[in-house]
Amino acid sequence: MFSIINIIATILIAGGAFFMVTGVVGLLRFPDFYTRLHATGKCDTLGEVLVIVGCMVYQGWSFITVKLFFLMFFIFLANPVGTHAIMKAAYLTGLKPWKKGEERR
Amino acid sequence: MTRSKEHNVGLMLAVFAVLYIFWLLMSACINPLNGHFSPVHIIAGIICAGVVTLLSHDLLITKEGEMTLAKTFRLIAYVPWELWQIFLANFDVAYRVLHPKMPIDPRIIEFDTSLRSDFALTTLANSITLTPGTITIDIDPGKGRFLVHAIAKKPADALLVDKTMINKVAHVYMEEA
Repeated sequence: MFSIINIIATILIAGGAFFMVTGVVGLLRFPDFYTRLHATGKCDTLGEVLVIVGCMVYQGWSFITVKLFFLMFFIFLANPVGTHAIMKAAYLTGLKPWKKGEERR
Repeated sequence: MTRSKEHNVGLMLAVFAVLYIFWLLMSACINPLNGHFSPVHIIAGIICAGVVTLLSHDLLITKEGEMTLAKTFRLIAYVPWELWQIFLANFDVAYRVLHPKMPIDPRIIEFDTSLRSDFALTTLANSITLTPGTITIDIDPGKGRFLVHAIAKKPADALLVDKTMINKVAHVYMEEA
């Protein structure tokens, strides 16, 4: 029950959950669309990857580990592209970025 | 498109083969160890790989560029540094989110690079989005111009003054920085 592998996996998954929660706190606290995207876009990458690595450690050497590895690879490719696409769409619609000292939106 | 029809069919077959083999490996529908064999998965794989091939066969294998092997090795050498930057990026954002005063001072910056190839521009754009405090908004491929949203002054200076990342990407794709 309390083997070393279980402890490492738990630490990794808890770390992933911490970053996901941080992303949500940032989504609520940050003042405008662009800065909120910073919080969600970045914390999601490491949060998801830590959870996946935790699952890989828990699973050990098996076929599922290979699948999880590919999943991690695709997240690294897809996450920045998605973040960039949303940001570009907002910029092209003419949404003005928040400047320091302005009121939050 | 100046490519001949014959070449196109060969390319599509190659892409289809790669996708279908990947499907067979991932779905594990043929397993000689326990005699497992699932015709439904095999036929579904043909349909899925075929549709993807028809839609995007010119994306997976491109004819552009030389010294692909050397560039691939350099890209693999670049990945660990990028992973470390992702790690730092998350702590940076977590710090800004959880700090009671929220130390943010967002700005939009613009800079030119001499990168021109699609791969180099895509790699730099994705790297900028993954690293601390910056997200790519737009690229002008003709001029190599980047439009970037930075969350504070320090990450903006890392791109404008320091230029480590731009030099590293230029090194990977063997272009002048």
